[in-house]
Amino acid sequence: MRGYMDKKADIVIVGGGPAGLAAAAGACKEGVKADRICIVERDGELGGILNQCIHNGFGLHTFKEELTGPEYAARYIGQVEEMGIPCLLHTIVVDIRMEADGRKKVTVMNRSDGMFEIEAGAVILAMGCRERPRGALNIPGYRPAGIYSAGTAQHYVNIEGRMPGKEAVILGSGDIGLIMARRMTLEGAKVKLVAELMPYSGGLKRNIVQCLDDYGIPLKLSHTVVDIDGKERVKGVTVAEVDKNRRPVPGTEEYISCDTLLLSCGLIPENELSLDMGVALNPATSGPVVNESLETNIPGVFACGNVLHVHDLVDYVSEEAENAGKNAAVYVQGGKNKTGEESVAVRCGGGVRYTVPSIIHIAYMPEEQVIRFRVGNVYKNACLTVRFNDKVVMKMNKRVMAPGEMEQIKLKKNRLEEFEGLREITLSVQEEDS
Amino acid sequence: MQEKEKLPGGWPKKTELTCIRCPIGCMLTVTENQDGTIGVTGNTCSRGEEYGKKETKDPTRTVTSTMKVKNGTRPVVPVKTKGDIPKGKIADCMEALKRAEAEAPVRIGDILLKNVAGTGVDIVATKSIGKEKTD
Amino acid sequence: MYDVIIIGAGVSGCAVARELSAYKRKTAVLERSSDVCEGTSKANSGIVHAGYDAKPGTRKAALNLRGNILMESLSKQLDFPFQRNGSLVLCFEEAGRGKLEELLERGKENGVEGLRIVEREELAVLEPNLSDRVIAALYAPTGGIVCPFGLTIALAENASVNGVEFHLDTEVNKIVKIEEGYRLETSKGVFRTKVVVNAAGVYADVFHNMISGHKLHITPRKGEYCLFDKTMGGYVSHTVFQLPTKYGKGILVSPTVHGNLLVGPTAEDIADKEGVNTTASGLETVLERGEMSVGHLPAGKIITSFAGLRAHEEGNDFVIGEAEDAKGFIDVAGIESPGLTCAPAIGEYVAGIIQDILPAERKEDFIGERKGIFGMWEAGHEERKKMIHENPAYANVICRCELVTEGEIMDAIHRPLGATTVDGVKRRTRAGMGRCQSGFCAPKVVEILARELGRDIGEITKAGGNSGFLTR
Repeated sequence: MRGYMDKKADIVIVGGGPAGLAAAAGACKEGVKADRICIVERDGELGGILNQCIHNGFGLHTFKEELTGPEYAARYIGQVEEMGIPCLLHTIVVDIRMEADGRKKVTVMNRSDGMFEIEAGAVILAMGCRERPRGALNIPGYRPAGIYSAGTAQHYVNIEGRMPGKEAVILGSGDIGLIMARRMTLEGAKVKLVAELMPYSGGLKRNIVQCLDDYGIPLKLSHTVVDIDGKERVKGVTVAEVDKNRRPVPGTEEYISCDTLLLSCGLIPENELSLDMGVALNPATSGPVVNESLETNIPGVFACGNVLHVHDLVDYVSEEAENAGKNAAVYVQGGKNKTGEESVAVRCGGGVRYTVPSIIHIAYMPEEQVIRFRVGNVYKNACLTVRFNDKVVMKMNKRVMAPGEMEQIKLKKNRLEEFEGLREITLSVQEEDS
Repeated sequence: MQEKEKLPGGWPKKTELTCIRCPIGCMLTVTENQDGTIGVTGNTCSRGEEYGKKETKDPTRTVTSTMKVKNGTRPVVPVKTKGDIPKGKIADCMEALKRAEAEAPVRIGDILLKNVAGTGVDIVATKSIGKEKTD
Repeated sequence: MYDVIIIGAGVSGCAVARELSAYKRKTAVLERSSDVCEGTSKANSGIVHAGYDAKPGTRKAALNLRGNILMESLSKQLDFPFQRNGSLVLCFEEAGRGKLEELLERGKENGVEGLRIVEREELAVLEPNLSDRVIAALYAPTGGIVCPFGLTIALAENASVNGVEFHLDTEVNKIVKIEEGYRLETSKGVFRTKVVVNAAGVYADVFHNMISGHKLHITPRKGEYCLFDKTMGGYVSHTVFQLPTKYGKGILVSPTVHGNLLVGPTAEDIADKEGVNTTASGLETVLERGEMSVGHLPAGKIITSFAGLRAHEEGNDFVIGEAEDAKGFIDVAGIESPGLTCAPAIGEYVAGIIQDILPAERKEDFIGERKGIFGMWEAGHEERKKMIHENPAYANVICRCELVTEGEIMDAIHRPLGATTVDGVKRRTRAGMGRCQSGFCAPKVVEILARELGRDIGEITKAGGNSGFLTR
């Protein structure tokens, strides 16, 4: 008979990807004993999705050099191992329950230890995100084999060493889709087209150049897949142009024969656990609403990385997660329940889709608070305006702002402290008159 | 977006490309003259000029891919060229990788293939792969 | 020489097989797909109709009522999900009240219990999310919902355990009348049998017409559906139908037994018996008409859409019985709505017909009960711990959206008539049916299938045939 463990920890971190790893390191650096931290990872190894992102371009901000995904992960895994932070691999978190005294009961299970509970002072949510599937896109047609999310195809090619198809059409120009266009091509497949519903790409410019242009793969903006053909395996797809309202334009349909359709149509933070435990989500990000400490509406529950909002650079995930780890450490070392304390709301004005954080308790903010945000459209010669209440306090000109690139500004603590009666900070973007 | 537009006589050669040195993505027009000089227009900073020249004269890329592993816990190991190789050598590099096989265990940073496709650049592992337990 | 061969392993064929498995006869089911439940039975509304729709005195009416009654006890014997959640037929205009009364009277005549008309105020309590356009409804407390895969697979497994042979990937190409019965030429060789049960769904006319001069004509009637996320599952608690209006035949909005919300179907007669593709206009119609009933259906909450084909026969009634000019050839044809509801009763009825043609004794060792696959998702903490203690594979979560573990998937593969395809695993365990639609678990399911079946992952298919996942 196996003994069921009954564990206690200061901080339980859900997810051992880039966010979970950096959060663990952050908590440890802030003084939490390594063996009082526990990373729970459902896969058999740490590193999360980075393990299949074998392309380079990671780490330019953090390490000042260009690394591949596995190399970037190895740096953080090395740190966590050196610190001696325990990890439960092959382990899934079933649920998280709140105790009356504010402690959290994390129920987990795995093959070797069965199902058991870990009692924690604080929990850091770092579950990452998942890809939007075909069903959610409501693409009509048959339902044959050969339709994959770009990430699933990436898993097959880079982890299993297998090919999901020979001739592919890719819907969506998100970064994973672009990267997979190149990867499939290098492995001998023919990528016939990347179609993007929006009039702009959701991916990084460098990926468009190095993954598509380098290989002569056409990118059609304002196009979508309107039909899928093939009863057993995909035989082809019909692509059509869309109008301003993203509705297909009749008469523009074009049939493209292929055996594979890859979907790279957006990522959704994976917040089932969060919702289940009562964490409030922001509809714009599908991630938790957090304050300056990256703390959710439940005291002692923090969130970071792609479960909080989808990032485009892992470097920012690591930075954010390290802060979440440090803040969780402060919380378990006698931090306060901030519920009901006076706070400043960070609001989205015109053009800004969301901000993280969206609440600031001035007393707890760092000397310099990073506000990350995304805009809702492509802006050329954009002007970013920051208002304290109704007063404009900052104006910045930007050559280009696009939904595909996360933006950030830094707010100094003393400026917030000095502004009397500060209730809300508003970010807005408009195009400069030229 | 790299179609070369030939003017009468072949010179000067004009190439259009997108600068990737920052998110702005300037559309550059690179002009190659018969005397070997290169002019760049459309850029809004000096990095754009530098990028346009490099992409025209000596375009290089780091190649990332996988290599088969014998007796590994995983069937393939991710690899990369240790530095950039000429863009024109990518296909040869992939061909060499297809034929090669590493033996587990592989350590991150191990050189798995020396001087790939005659580029003088080595292929290194970007992840450690353990040996499969044979029990 | 077989005593009985059933063509088609859909819900009707499997229901007949399960009934016949109680008798001492040599019985087989031939199915062209690589799994049971691959045709009409896998893509329908999953509704157990109360029985007010069919014209009194028809076979449909009798079988519907009987099927509705049998379904509950069968769900306990064979352990598949069934709920008697009650149904409502919505009326949107005063002019429709007459039709509502008509349904009420018809239902009473058919013997449906508990039917009554409910007015707006009571409806607001019964179903708070109904649209303002609803003025009254017919309430049928005996209406229910069932898992169509769960039902079909349970029937098939139980028939198999009791000795019925299932020949999958076996397509019947030709049927020839011979002296002792029939010769069936198939993709897997020749079968001889005394009695044929033609339960071939949209292809039933093809087989019937091979041996009978009285021609049948089955039209595939396409129905498109949208399935919504579980966060929408509580949007309605009853199955909500509509009275037909000038906008066309009604569309239903219903919870499923697993807590999703299902909206559909459209009704379009098509020529292609394989035409299970969805269309942009069809899916639009589903949402538009569905919103007549419940106000707002957020398109962002759709997790998948699908289409199924009903086998519509021109005479509008089920064609069940021995063909007039072909002794021993029994049609189970034109089984459109409420065919799923009727299945248990059809099984019983057809077994009776065969007993008259080819009398046989009942088996003494017939096993009438079957245990389904344990569902970790619905189990309590203690139950889960117990399962994991017995088999640690139940602690290894493969599909996180629906909480399906390796233990359940291994059970699905190794039980009688086990899954051999990814769709087969999905329909038995729900792995891949959640909101990520198998993006995360499909490679893992492929790996487990390959390991358990002793094959390479490149040989594993989505649904048999040429539906492989990998090309290298």
